[in-house]
Amino acid sequence: MEHASQQLWLIPLLPLLGFLINGLFGRRFPNLLVGLIAVGTVFGSFLWVVKSLQALGALEHAHVEHYYTWLESGNLNIGVDLMIDRLTAVMLLVVTGIGTLIHIYATGYMSHEGGFYRFFAYLNLFMFFMLTLVLGANYLMVFVGWEGVGLCSYLLIGFYTLKKSAGDAAKKAFIVNRIGDFGFTLAMFLMFVHFGSFDFKTVFDKVAPMAVEQTAGPLTWIALLLFVGAAGKSAQIPLYVWLPDAMEGPTPVSALIHAATMVTAGVYMVARSSVIFLRAPEAMDVVAVVGLATAVMAATIGLAQNDIKKVFAYSTVSQLGYMFLACGVGAFSAGIYHVVTHAFFKALLFLGAGSVIHALEGEQDMRHMGGLMSKIPITFAVLACAWVAIAGVPPFAGFYSKDEILLAAHHHHPWMYWVGVATAAMTAFYVSRAMFMTFFGKYRGHHHPHESPFVMWGPLAVLAVLSLAGGWYFKIPHFLEPLFPLAEGAHDETLVYISVAAGAAGIGLAWLFYVASPALPDSIANSLGGLYKLVYNKYFVDEAYNAAIVNPLVNGSRSLLWRVMDAGVIDGAVNGVGSLSRSIGGFVRLFQSGNIRSYAAWVTLGCVAVLVALGMAGGR
Amino acid sequence: MPSAVPVSWYLILSAILFGLGVAGFLFRRNIITVFMSIELMLNAVNLSLVAFSYQHNQTDGHIFSFFVMVVAAAEAAVGLAIILTVFKNRSTLAIDDVSSLKN
Amino acid sequence: MDAILFLIFAAIAVGCAINLVVQTHPISSALSLIGVMLALAVLYLLLGAEFLAAAQIIVYAGAIMVLFVFVIMLLNAGAEQRVNRAQFAKFLGVPALIGFLGVVSFLIQTLMPNTKDVVFGAFRNGTAEAVGRKLFTEYLLPFEVTSLLILIAILGAVVLARKEI
Repeated sequence: MEHASQQLWLIPLLPLLGFLINGLFGRRFPNLLVGLIAVGTVFGSFLWVVKSLQALGALEHAHVEHYYTWLESGNLNIGVDLMIDRLTAVMLLVVTGIGTLIHIYATGYMSHEGGFYRFFAYLNLFMFFMLTLVLGANYLMVFVGWEGVGLCSYLLIGFYTLKKSAGDAAKKAFIVNRIGDFGFTLAMFLMFVHFGSFDFKTVFDKVAPMAVEQTAGPLTWIALLLFVGAAGKSAQIPLYVWLPDAMEGPTPVSALIHAATMVTAGVYMVARSSVIFLRAPEAMDVVAVVGLATAVMAATIGLAQNDIKKVFAYSTVSQLGYMFLACGVGAFSAGIYHVVTHAFFKALLFLGAGSVIHALEGEQDMRHMGGLMSKIPITFAVLACAWVAIAGVPPFAGFYSKDEILLAAHHHHPWMYWVGVATAAMTAFYVSRAMFMTFFGKYRGHHHPHESPFVMWGPLAVLAVLSLAGGWYFKIPHFLEPLFPLAEGAHDETLVYISVAAGAAGIGLAWLFYVASPALPDSIANSLGGLYKLVYNKYFVDEAYNAAIVNPLVNGSRSLLWRVMDAGVIDGAVNGVGSLSRSIGGFVRLFQSGNIRSYAAWVTLGCVAVLVALGMAGGR
Repeated sequence: MPSAVPVSWYLILSAILFGLGVAGFLFRRNIITVFMSIELMLNAVNLSLVAFSYQHNQTDGHIFSFFVMVVAAAEAAVGLAIILTVFKNRSTLAIDDVSSLKN
Repeated sequence: MDAILFLIFAAIAVGCAINLVVQTHPISSALSLIGVMLALAVLYLLLGAEFLAAAQIIVYAGAIMVLFVFVIMLLNAGAEQRVNRAQFAKFLGVPALIGFLGVVSFLIQTLMPNTKDVVFGAFRNGTAEAVGRKLFTEYLLPFEVTSLLILIAILGAVVLARKEI
């Protein structure tokens, strides 16, 4: 059924408008007005999403709107097209809904920071690109949004421009993402070679009748390259290193971009390309294994971190691994389900952590926290909701989606299920550890904690409700069934019990370590010596990357590119041009005597020369 | 001695007059003489136009000459006004002394 | 007869032009220029340009040159001061000019070897009637535009001659 145009362009355009207003004039506006514009535009696009979805009804088919032709060259025809189907609808609601909440929160969190208008301008720009990414109806539109969110991520990670570490982290994120984007671009080239189009509909219609590739063929390569792009954006092995560093940005940024929305773009893209992936089982296996490995590795690193935001950052990496595991085993709807629930509870965790940091005036080290339960009770209450949600306690949000994933993994390969369960236990452990270290025991810090204002805990309360009830209320896999048929298979109750028990064990262990007998962790850490050090230092991955890639590049640049190419060839050329033009100018200056008659004489000489030349050439 | 001269002789005469105009323009220092040299050059061009008109048996050359005269008249009016003004301000007619544009 | 007339008036024109250039007093130059113009008017007549010959005498020799002489008299312009550079010009400029004229004459002769002979009365399209017909039909727009040009020139002259500048 064809629907009338829903003016979908308004959805991304409203935040862009906010960006333009705040970016151009925000410096002169009072903070209140900047906040109102930023929140208002994002909330406006949320309302427009809701309105469009209501008008579109059940969305049995994708609703595509074509605005104008962007590129037309040969048989390549790319339009500025926006599309809504059920997958997009879910993503749109998550992005605009959570985006609005985080914008509101940020008006409180950033109220004492400099560059208030700059922050909200970037945040609105991010919303524009993210919505373009989600709404785009062809790969190129998605790529535009994809690059745009990368840019905004860079700008916001480096928001504290005076901190060197923030700038370094921003550059790291940007560069690592480029590697992923390279894969994405190659995938698009391959797609063009084989299908001649970037349109989702055209490409998928051409892929649909193709056979499943038993050995690696074009579809496998496209899928793998797409996954390289997704791994960059969604922080999977080996490109995950940028995400933990990205926590240098302000906390609302971590919540919005590096937990709830942008990093799930990779999952969205893989799910969107499910038609391709389903016909490339080898690529699917790669996705599943990489996802699982990332989940395990990040979870183990998370066990030993002391910075509260770092814990949650590794947790995000780990949960993203879960989502890719789901996609890799063919349960795309479970992956998207986890995207949604994870957006709820991880945004809440970050915002709650931000509230704690705000209360402690910038303290992020959990060793200097403790006993905050009575001092900031509201923050504790909402964080507790996120805690139970991520730990997989039934019937809260994380339980449903994680369960779907683990069951699908068991259906695919039982060993994946067991590794997943172990990771779930570790997840429960590190989140509980963070909670216990922060809120239980005695206060070990020096600041005077104060509860956050309403604009901050209001959104937290909404997210808390979503974390508690979201999994049960939103039946995402059911909603997405027309796009991703549910995998058949027995719903084994035992498996559910095992995973719940694992989560409970994790929480219990954390209680034992950090509340009941606080001396225990140190002794265990000592007895595990090398292993602990390995995990504590994040497997030395950053150091390995530095030694293997960064340092050779830097040294090569310095000795070859700088000393030889830049100083020798380029500077030499530039200086040579300069001195050459000086000497030519010195010679030519002789003609510029300022004597009009000498100019006239030169003109006459020129005329004579032309005349003589014409005569020699025969005058024709 | 032939009874008639070819058109090319007229052209050569035109070139000679033009060359003399250029010489006067370049070598004279009095601004009024320079100006008259320009008029001489315009006249030389007019002669060549009329000669070409004869060669091609068309009236268009005459029209062009006519327009050249009109422009020359306008130029003389404005140019002489400028000379008057310059003389009023600087009390000199030597163009080398009028060099405000030279640093 | 045609050739003799041409040679006489060409000689007058060239002689007056040389006099224009070498005289130091502007009033001599102006009188020489009038001589050139009168000689040219005769040559125009030889070429069949009756209208132009008349216009040459009336407009150029009459109006414009009177303007020149008037300005020279008004400013009481004296003879040029001699400077040393004039010697340099004489030694380099005169040979250069002669060489240049030689090249041009050579070019004209080689590029246009077969031009018509000029016979008085052979060209009938230079009458006032023929020129006027052309001017008011084919060249009407440029003709009208020249009126604008002259208007602007008048305004410019008036503005420039005002006291304040």
